[in-house]
Amino acid sequence: MTTITQAVPATRTDIIAIFAALCFGIAIIVVAGHAQASSLHDAAHDTRHAAGFPCH
Amino acid sequence: MFMRILSSALFAGCAAGILAALLQLYFVQPVLLHAELYEGGELVHSFSQPTTGHHDLASTVEASTPHDHDNTDPVSASAVSANPDTDGFDLARDGLSMAFTILVYCGYSFILVALMAVANGKGITITARQGLVWGVAGFIAVHFAPAFSLPPEVPGTAAAEVAVRQVWWFSTVAATAAALWLIAFGKSHLPWGVAIILLLAPHVIGAPHPDIFTGPVPPEIAAQFASKALGVGLAAWTLLGLFAAWFWQRSGISQRSTQPA
Repeated sequence: MTTITQAVPATRTDIIAIFAALCFGIAIIVVAGHAQASSLHDAAHDTRHAAGFPCH
Repeated sequence: MFMRILSSALFAGCAAGILAALLQLYFVQPVLLHAELYEGGELVHSFSQPTTGHHDLASTVEASTPHDHDNTDPVSASAVSANPDTDGFDLARDGLSMAFTILVYCGYSFILVALMAVANGKGITITARQGLVWGVAGFIAVHFAPAFSLPPEVPGTAAAEVAVRQVWWFSTVAATAAALWLIAFGKSHLPWGVAIILLLAPHVIGAPHPDIFTGPVPPEIAAQFASKALGVGLAAWTLLGLFAAWFWQRSGISQRSTQPA
């Protein structure tokens, strides 16, 4: 059984906050995990392989 | 709201990221270093032809990371030990790996907590225990679904063009995440039908693969790398879900007590 708390209607600022957090998270993944600049690539190399990102 | 997401995501991302980095260094890194001995040509797999001109990335990696294999004898192609000495802890290299792993998990955490906030807004409570399920779902979307058609690659395996694989990777993660959301929160048969299509589509279309396999790394190492990377991903994502839900829930309690509605 799922407990239903009072469904807080999302305000405009809530939606903006959620959207901003999503964009922020995706940006981190793109830069740390996928950007091909060589210095970034070399520094993040082992992490990218272990995370299963396409690396090179 | 943004501060609540920010603080929950940072705490959860750092905690899960540190544990992910430690698991990765202990379980995955030795396999990666072993593979690099083949990628760099120091070891030669008995079934592969001796590589003279390994691809340019190997040389950049070699150049950027100090290697010290004085204890590795030149090994002939016929008798290669499956347990060579690899470097121990390398402060610069492994420190960077830890930093980037924590960063990546903070990125995941922002997305996860933002989605938890969306679910919360729809009246769905998220307890720490339910966070475990969110974490497993995240693992499926970000690690398992892409790996089904494009396994985690150890250095020195042949692969298709990187940009094409990245497009496929992002599309697969997005489609799988959407499908899992529909399965979890869909209220009729239609969302489930759409979810099945979204789950299958990336794999029916197929991941980009190279025309020929030219990688110098033995398949045993590649297989071990893929399964260990997935295992660490599952552990880290489960923890991320747990932490994210816990911090999100707690920050909600403190917010309600300080700001009575």
